[in-house]
Amino acid sequence: MTALDSRRAARMRAVQEDQSAHQRPHSERVLRIAVPLAILVALLALWEWYVVAYEVPHYLLPGPRLVAQAIVADWAVLGPALMVTLKITFSALALALVGGVLLAVILVQSRWAELAVYPYAVVLQVTPIVAVAPLILVYAPTTQSAILICAFIVAFFPVLSNTTQGLKSVDHNLLNLFELNGASRWQTLFLLKVPSALPYFLTGLRISGGLALIAAVVAEFAAGSAGAQSGLAFRILEAQFRLNMPRLFAGLVLISAAGVAIFATTSLISHLLLRRWHESAVAREN
Amino acid sequence: MTSPSVVFDRVDKTFSNGTVALKDVSLTVQKGEFVSLLGPSGCGKSTALRLAAGLGEVSGGAIRWPRAEAGRVGQSGIGFVFQEPTLMPWASVFSNVWLPLRLAGTSKRVARHEVMDALSLVGLDGFAGAYPRELSGGMKMRVSIARALVTRPELLLMDEPFGALDEITRFKLNDELLQLWQSLGWTVIFVTHSVFESVYLSNRILVMSARPGRITADIPIDAPYPRDESFRSSVDYGGYCRQVSAALHRAMEVRAA
Ligand SMILES: Nc1ncnc2c1ncn2[C@@H]1O[C@H](COP(=O)(O)OP(=O)(O)O)[C@@H](O)[C@H]1O
Ligand SMILES: [Mg+2]
Repeated sequence: MTALDSRRAARMRAVQEDQSAHQRPHSERVLRIAVPLAILVALLALWEWYVVAYEVPHYLLPGPRLVAQAIVADWAVLGPALMVTLKITFSALALALVGGVLLAVILVQSRWAELAVYPYAVVLQVTPIVAVAPLILVYAPTTQSAILICAFIVAFFPVLSNTTQGLKSVDHNLLNLFELNGASRWQTLFLLKVPSALPYFLTGLRISGGLALIAAVVAEFAAGSAGAQSGLAFRILEAQFRLNMPRLFAGLVLISAAGVAIFATTSLISHLLLRRWHESAVAREN
Repeated sequence: MTSPSVVFDRVDKTFSNGTVALKDVSLTVQKGEFVSLLGPSGCGKSTALRLAAGLGEVSGGAIRWPRAEAGRVGQSGIGFVFQEPTLMPWASVFSNVWLPLRLAGTSKRVARHEVMDALSLVGLDGFAGAYPRELSGGMKMRVSIARALVTRPELLLMDEPFGALDEITRFKLNDELLQLWQSLGWTVIFVTHSVFESVYLSNRILVMSARPGRITADIPIDAPYPRDESFRSSVDYGGYCRQVSAALHRAMEVRAA
């Protein structure tokens, strides 16, 4: 039977796909890690060699070994600062996700709400946060909450705009199908619009994750807060002030590492959620 | 016996941008008929079909579904198949076919049997767990048909369902569709722009012309069912194709004039 044949052929194809899915991305993944790692090692070696060979003083440019030592030695200072920065980043991101998605749903459900609110969301987005930060610092109860508000404002918009776009980019025929079958507003929202919007939302999440960290750092620079509650940005300023270059570099490395970790995590979440169906997550095969 | 399934009574449809898509369209489709709407692109076939499904409002005239409570799929038994498979890419084949039942409040467990039946009718048992992207174009179209027939519709509306498929797959699905139509006793309105497809499938062909969209010919195809490859190469078939082709040409000349 031809139907049987096509069924068997499709299963075989599925099996082959499965196998290559295990093989090909494996070497691909090794490359993805090996190449940047090799470049990193080469750069560090060059840096160390330069510092040693030309006897560059520490207060101008510490070598990578010294920076690594500073991370360990100054952990009592840098560790808690990292925690403060991360806490603000993730709180801001969480608030942005909840707020952005909720507002997007409201905007898409009601044309009036969209007309009324969206322009102001745009105004908030296009106004540089460093310019708004002093104002927020005046009105917020604590410096920490001011920094949180700043990071939230920055992280909020990508979630809002991407999710709104996604909720609107629903296939018209699928909408027709839902209408034909007498779907309620909520059924259309949860069974159709939300899944359609997921890839867009995840793009927003990836952008916002990075922006939340950047904004947390920038806002802290603007706040110039001091004391036990201060994050990495303040520690970097402080180190610069005292010409403690190894610690400055150490702080920088930690912020970078945090940024990379956030990017990797959000990318992984996105991949896991989309890998079964979305073109962006499916390995292309011909 | 005459028992109308859907009746268009002097229907006009003008879109908000001023496009007159349908003008004074009257037609009656009897229960159990396989009717094709044939016409050049842009002549209002899809518009007519959507109206027949109860999507959108007529600008003039009226549409009646004498056999149904209201012009609604699910409750009234109308199934719709789009030109594209129009599947939800994030949902498995099972969930895609389950959808119409799910929207009507049927749980997965209760619907399981019917979904599996529908999949088996279109020759896709064994694929319930697959995702749309894992299927070929023809298989996706089968899923789409399974989704339309899972509610056991009396009236099946199909908008150029095989337009995007290669000829071999198209012929195969034509045959399968005819078999389903004969065994399940549907009424089918089938939109196409292929003369050959419409002659092969239908009892009756309504030829449409464009600007404004209207029906210019109503041609019965009296060849007996079941039809198969031998019908495709028969003299009768050739004759009908010529007749319908001529009607289509006249319809397009009207438009040019
Ligand atoms: N939503 C719409 N708004 C405005 N014009 C439309 C809309 N849908 C279709 N039309 C117009 O109506 C006419 C008929 O369209 P359609 O029914 O899709 O034709 P067909 O399916 O025969 O190709 C075309 O001129 C098309 O541009
Ligand atoms: Mg069309």
